[in-house]
Amino acid sequence: MAFALTPERDREVDELLTHYPNKRAALIPVLWICQRQNGWVSPEVIDFVATRLDLSTAIVKGVVTFYTMFFQHPVGSHVIWVCRTLSCDLRGAKAIQEHLEEKLGCHAGGTSKDGKFTLLKAECLAACGQAPMVQIDDDYHENLTLEKLDRILESYRAGA
Amino acid sequence: MSDDQKPILTARYGVANATDLEVAEKHGAYRAARKALLSMQPEAIREEVKKASIRGRGGAGFPAGVKWGFLAPKEGERVYLVINGDESEPGTFKDRTIMNKDPHRLIEGILIACYAIGAHACYIYVRGELAHSIKSLDAALAQARAKGYVGEKPFGKPYPIEIYTHTGAGAYICGEETALLNSLEGRRGEPRLKPPFPAIKGAFGQPTIVNNVETIAAVPDVVEMGGESWCNLSRLAPADGGIRLYGISGHVKRPGVYEAPVGITMRELIYDYGGGMLHDDRPLKGVIPGGSSTPVLRPDLKIDAKKADHPLHKWHGMSEIDVPMGVDTYRALGTMLGTCCAIVMDTSVNMVEACRNLMRFYKHESCGQCTPCREGSGWLVDTLTEICEGRGKPEDVHRLVEISNNMMGNTICAFADGTAMPMLGFVQKFREEFVAAVEKGRPLEVRHDDSTIALVRGRAA
Ligand SMILES: Cc1cc2nc3c(=O)[nH]c(=O)nc-3n(C[C@H](O)[C@H](O)[C@H](O)COP(=O)(O)O)c2cc1C
Ligand code: SF4
Ligand code: FES
Repeated sequence: MAFALTPERDREVDELLTHYPNKRAALIPVLWICQRQNGWVSPEVIDFVATRLDLSTAIVKGVVTFYTMFFQHPVGSHVIWVCRTLSCDLRGAKAIQEHLEEKLGCHAGGTSKDGKFTLLKAECLAACGQAPMVQIDDDYHENLTLEKLDRILESYRAGA
Repeated sequence: MSDDQKPILTARYGVANATDLEVAEKHGAYRAARKALLSMQPEAIREEVKKASIRGRGGAGFPAGVKWGFLAPKEGERVYLVINGDESEPGTFKDRTIMNKDPHRLIEGILIACYAIGAHACYIYVRGELAHSIKSLDAALAQARAKGYVGEKPFGKPYPIEIYTHTGAGAYICGEETALLNSLEGRRGEPRLKPPFPAIKGAFGQPTIVNNVETIAAVPDVVEMGGESWCNLSRLAPADGGIRLYGISGHVKRPGVYEAPVGITMRELIYDYGGGMLHDDRPLKGVIPGGSSTPVLRPDLKIDAKKADHPLHKWHGMSEIDVPMGVDTYRALGTMLGTCCAIVMDTSVNMVEACRNLMRFYKHESCGQCTPCREGSGWLVDTLTEICEGRGKPEDVHRLVEISNNMMGNTICAFADGTAMPMLGFVQKFREEFVAAVEKGRPLEVRHDDSTIALVRGRAA
């Protein structure tokens, strides 16, 4: 099925295009807008963006595959990024990851059976002073303990 | 704290709702920008910035005033200012505090800088993960636009300035300035061959100044106090001026971001600002001083600088952590000041494991354009993994050194050096641990002992 942005989001694209001297520069921000609507960057999204910005699909694909935050496959309703770089590891990030894997019943890289959570390993997320930490969707959860993590997971389960 | 000075750069961190323009303005925001645009000539501002001796806060430590001087736009060229808010160097978490807690300081710095260098447009490139920083900046920009501070006539001055945020999408290499420019232009974040340098041919082929968030956030205070006074806040003035943000993470009691004069020592950062070691019975073993690309320091190593003309002569015989933290002093010490965000490791850490953790990061983040970097980072990880898994061979330690040496200076960007230098630092400073690991192997992960687990379980360790 062809992909299209909602009229409101499409106006966001129009606005974005005024920020740059050419259309291509809007590529990454436009991909963001599409991913927010669609959940991931599907082949249909790539076609849409290519047409909207007068680019070849090869160019759009090349960019999508370079950046880790663009999902090339469907993901769960929430994406959990667990930071495993040094500052976090020094403060117990491994235990955080293992706890999440146990609670969600999937390994890093996978999605829980109920489709609610995708668990991914992240590289340093610029919150090293508040380690250990995870990012869930747009939000950072810092200075984690396992107990705190359980409460956070519960709140996402209770929500959307 | 040793310097009993009122906060300057972080003066509004403690103010409630300082992200709101009116509140920020009540606490001094936009005073310097008004003064600069309405009563100063661009050259005069550039002169103050030169006198301030702000060494770039993004890691390389290049003086901002000198960099601005490289601009020589030709007729019809459009100068851009690009702010580097990629903040992806492991261990670094300082720019985020500016963007989240005091976005108006950055915007004010941008207004002054644009006017000073002849730019009418600025992009703030922020890593994609920092959604809240982007929101905070966008909201602040909307307010500044509504007030007319950003737009056609900032403070009534007919000098149009537009400022936009631009969101990245997850790639450490986009912090390298030319990769960042490619990413800004909607391309893969692959570094460009230099020259041409961005000041000649940068964003959209136009002359461009790329500066770190904190570098530009310092500019309002420089204008307000005068370059020389600001510079003299530093203990290493005039070569390395002012105050800066220090980050500290890892095994300390109070990890966080602290403002302090340039030139405090690592000992002060750890024991005064950072509250000392996390566990009283576990002393400091090593500290990565300024983000993961800077070679590790070892507190029990003494400075050897007997000769009177040695740049570190004053500190001869003292510990590495007693040298003032400055761009030049740290270079003389064989490391780098980098982003000035330290990762502190106590005696429970095995350095081979810590090193492997970081090398995995570099392997993952290499953009892959240059063979020595792409392959070398992979070989380092493979070799370290073999060592950690108990399959190490005696020649492996030398192999790590050799791979690193072949990566240095042979690539398009400084990423490869930023991988090889800390690798060499680990081997040089903690060789005995690498040798022991080759013989006996190591657990695969960074120390994961009862005490750390107790911490995340929420019990006192
Ligand atoms: C691999 C690599 C990553 C970098 N990452 C960042 C970064 O995240 N933030 C930053 O400000 N500078 C980063 N830099 C430094 C920039 O290339 C550039 O020197 C800096 O943004 C210039 O600003 P400054 O002079 O104000 O420090 C990085 C450099 C390299 C080689
Ligand atoms: S040194 Fe590494 S990161 Fe830099 S351009 Fe070459 S491959 Fe890419
Ligand atoms: S190491 Fe985890 S946020 Fe930096």
